[in-house]
Amino acid sequence: MANVPGDLKYTEDHEWARVQGKVVVVGVTDHAQTSLGDVVYVELPKVGAKVSKGDAVGTIESVKAVSELFSPVSGTVVKVNDELSESPEDINMEPYGDGWLLEIELSDPKQVDGLLDAAAYTELLKNA
Amino acid sequence: MARQTPLNEAHRKLGARMVDFAGWDMPVQYSGIIDEHETVRTAVGLFDVSHMGEVEFTGPGALETVNGLISNDLARIADGQAVYAGLLDERGTFVDDVVAYRFSPERILICVNSSNREKDFAWMKAHAQGVTPVDRSDDFAQIAVQGPKAASLVQRLTKTDVSKIGTYRFAEGEVAGIPSIISRTGYTGEDGFELYCPAKDAVALWDALLTEGQQDGVKPCGLGARDSLRTEMKYALYGNDIDDQHTALEAGLGWIVKLDKAAFIGKEALVAQKAAGLKRKLVGFELTGNGIPRHGYAILKDGARVGEVTSGTKGPSVNKAIGIGYVPAELAAEGSTFDVDIRGRAVPAVVVKTPFYKKP
Repeated sequence: MANVPGDLKYTEDHEWARVQGKVVVVGVTDHAQTSLGDVVYVELPKVGAKVSKGDAVGTIESVKAVSELFSPVSGTVVKVNDELSESPEDINMEPYGDGWLLEIELSDPKQVDGLLDAAAYTELLKNA
Repeated sequence: MARQTPLNEAHRKLGARMVDFAGWDMPVQYSGIIDEHETVRTAVGLFDVSHMGEVEFTGPGALETVNGLISNDLARIADGQAVYAGLLDERGTFVDDVVAYRFSPERILICVNSSNREKDFAWMKAHAQGVTPVDRSDDFAQIAVQGPKAASLVQRLTKTDVSKIGTYRFAEGEVAGIPSIISRTGYTGEDGFELYCPAKDAVALWDALLTEGQQDGVKPCGLGARDSLRTEMKYALYGNDIDDQHTALEAGLGWIVKLDKAAFIGKEALVAQKAAGLKRKLVGFELTGNGIPRHGYAILKDGARVGEVTSGTKGPSVNKAIGIGYVPAELAAEGSTFDVDIRGRAVPAVVVKTPFYKKP
């Protein structure tokens, strides 16, 4: 069963969001990394990019497939995980840790209320 | 409803992730593509390739009949040898790529791609002049045992001396007590065997290989690793690198086309193409920028589309983004450069010598 930490928010596209005040750290879930298989390449947006909720902001490539990364919130990209260009496998090993993808400064802090909590995301996985 | 091989339940028990592959419910991976890929490069991996088809020609004139259908020449090899060959149409493009096994001049077995089984059989029936082909696909299961430890593993399960079976040769014998064709062939670039056995015995053979292979570090492997391994060798995949739009010569497979043998379908077109010179060629390339080339991406020169990527991946053993694709002949030489359109980004690439992977 996929690991779904209780302190994070989730999207239906299998991203997670860790809300830290006005900034949200974004990654893909354990379920997503398992489905993708071995991640070998990650394309992330530039720091400073303005993104809207639901935008395709990057791509994650596994040996077999290409998947889009969708922004869970709207705001400005303030940090990206450059380490992933050297070790994309971090996404498989620690999807909630070293495998984080980017940080977004929220343009509308209320938007996080629209994300799924762990219970709702677990329910979504059950029905997947 | 997807078709299943006799090993379907065994894959599920082993926790394989199953996918639809050309209408077959097949394992794409077990432990992970990179792990399985490395297991085949360093130890030994098992692949269920029972979805492949088998067509048999038996009786006087079998060799001549098959030789009229395939591009390679069965008359040049001995009994107990196999050849890789094209089934070509009149234009010299591929109906399929196959392996033909010569048991004797009166018994030839042809292994065809799963996705082309029905098409190939119908085509062979329509074009065979002499012996009538028989579709044996449902009688056989096939397990590929691939990797540097494959020979010692198979040897411990058979009385047949496998050291006497050279590359692209085969013998009939028993493996784990199961009557098998033991063929020293494969699609990974490693030493290994493809074992053909009666479909009803597939599970017993699979289990025996897994159990006996524990000491070798054997692992079941899926189609994902099979694809990354063959891409590193630049082995063609039907539907990607070869098809009915590109000739055998354009695909760089001139070595499986024997233009000096008696007539076969496609010969005239290829003789003419060879005389006129090739306009495009299948090449191997590496990206020198960031990204991974994928099947269907455009190849660009000075911004204009000049070709197409047919296969691509990040090669786990070469640790590079590698690709295969058709380019105009003037861009086919080693060192030539072009760009690959990766979702709107022009990423530079250079033509390199293949295979991409060379054994250390």
